[in-house]
Amino acid sequence: MDAAVLSGVVVVITRTRTAADARVMLERVVDPDLPFLSIEDIAILRDVEVTPDGGATVTITPTYSGCPALDTIVTDIRSVLANGGFAPVHVEVVHSPAWTTDWMSGKAKEKLAANRIAPPGLLGVTAEVLCPMCSSDTIATVSEFGSTACKSLMVCTDCGEPFDYFKAI
Amino acid sequence: MNTVTTDGALLTYLVRHADDNVVLGQRLAEYISYAPDLEEDLAVGNFALDHIGVANHLFTYAAQVEGGDRDADGFAMLRSEREYTNLLLVEQPHEDFAGLIVRQFLFDAYQVVLWEALSTSTDPTVVGIAQRAAKEATYHLRHSSGWVIRLGDGTPESHIRIQAAVDRLWKFTAEMFESDVVDAEMAVAGIGVDPSTLSVFWLEIPDSVFEEATLTRPADPFQTSGGRTGMHTEHLGKLLAEMQWMQRSYPGLSW
Repeated sequence: MDAAVLSGVVVVITRTRTAADARVMLERVVDPDLPFLSIEDIAILRDVEVTPDGGATVTITPTYSGCPALDTIVTDIRSVLANGGFAPVHVEVVHSPAWTTDWMSGKAKEKLAANRIAPPGLLGVTAEVLCPMCSSDTIATVSEFGSTACKSLMVCTDCGEPFDYFKAI
Repeated sequence: MNTVTTDGALLTYLVRHADDNVVLGQRLAEYISYAPDLEEDLAVGNFALDHIGVANHLFTYAAQVEGGDRDADGFAMLRSEREYTNLLLVEQPHEDFAGLIVRQFLFDAYQVVLWEALSTSTDPTVVGIAQRAAKEATYHLRHSSGWVIRLGDGTPESHIRIQAAVDRLWKFTAEMFESDVVDAEMAVAGIGVDPSTLSVFWLEIPDSVFEEATLTRPADPFQTSGGRTGMHTEHLGKLLAEMQWMQRSYPGLSW
């Protein structure tokens, strides 16, 4: 009898959602120009705080001044967290300190390379750009400006393959 | 945001630097698909995007300082020619590719020294915008100075054209380093920089690049200005008419 009653009960586990929960949800927010990188990978995501009223405040720092992906990212953050039960959701855009590719994790750089985009080296270090196809170091710059603000266009003079290089800034 | 007076000066200061960037961004956007090759089209498009992005961040901050209903679009799309306070240099049309490159080069060199100086502002929002803009301006300058050298030290035709562009645009350079009460107030507050202190650092850039490019600085000392007080050349009105016509025709229209 008890069991029958119980079987009709939907058990709802209620516990306070934490910033860690929000961060897990935010893993689904990606850079629309590099959809294999989350905003945490690319280090746009700077901070997540849960507010006492059940909302969340997300702090982000834009990459390039004119990056057109920013509006999409803000919209995606709002919708992902709203769907996850956070309300209200505040997104704060903080400019200082300015974003740098040095903030990108090793994992992010591996993902770039796996997607055939040569990752940035560390600032101030003369980094060797390697062809993401054949790892050759004999490469040439085709265009200092590429398909998006963050990339330039290179070509491997060994295998002849053109590729994007994520500029170190 | 310290006192009422400083807020007024800060608003003017942010808007004038935003105006420089939005006007140049619009000018550059006109050139997309006309560049001599695809790589240059990408470069011009990227320049435009960076400048419009800088303007957007500065206008957004200006709107916050103003504390009213006006947003970044309100600043860009609903102010008239006389309310725009950009430098005359950036509104000049490009008669050819050499003209585009020289205008870009002279302005890039100015932006590099300006943003580096503002990277140590006492205002953290200005610091953030300046730090990123400084990196972008340095990248732009590398590209534009490369073209100044290629064209100057290139064929007789390219040399004639780029020297003509330098001669045509040089008279708009002193305006970048004129200071007024707004600059003085911002410099005293530690938020801004007195532009007159930047000219010596700026001048080193064209001097060294022109030498390599076999170009000469014009001997004519004539200089003109007026942009900061809304007195523009005849070119700005036409540029704004094209940029703003949608908002002017359909006020409040949103994407």
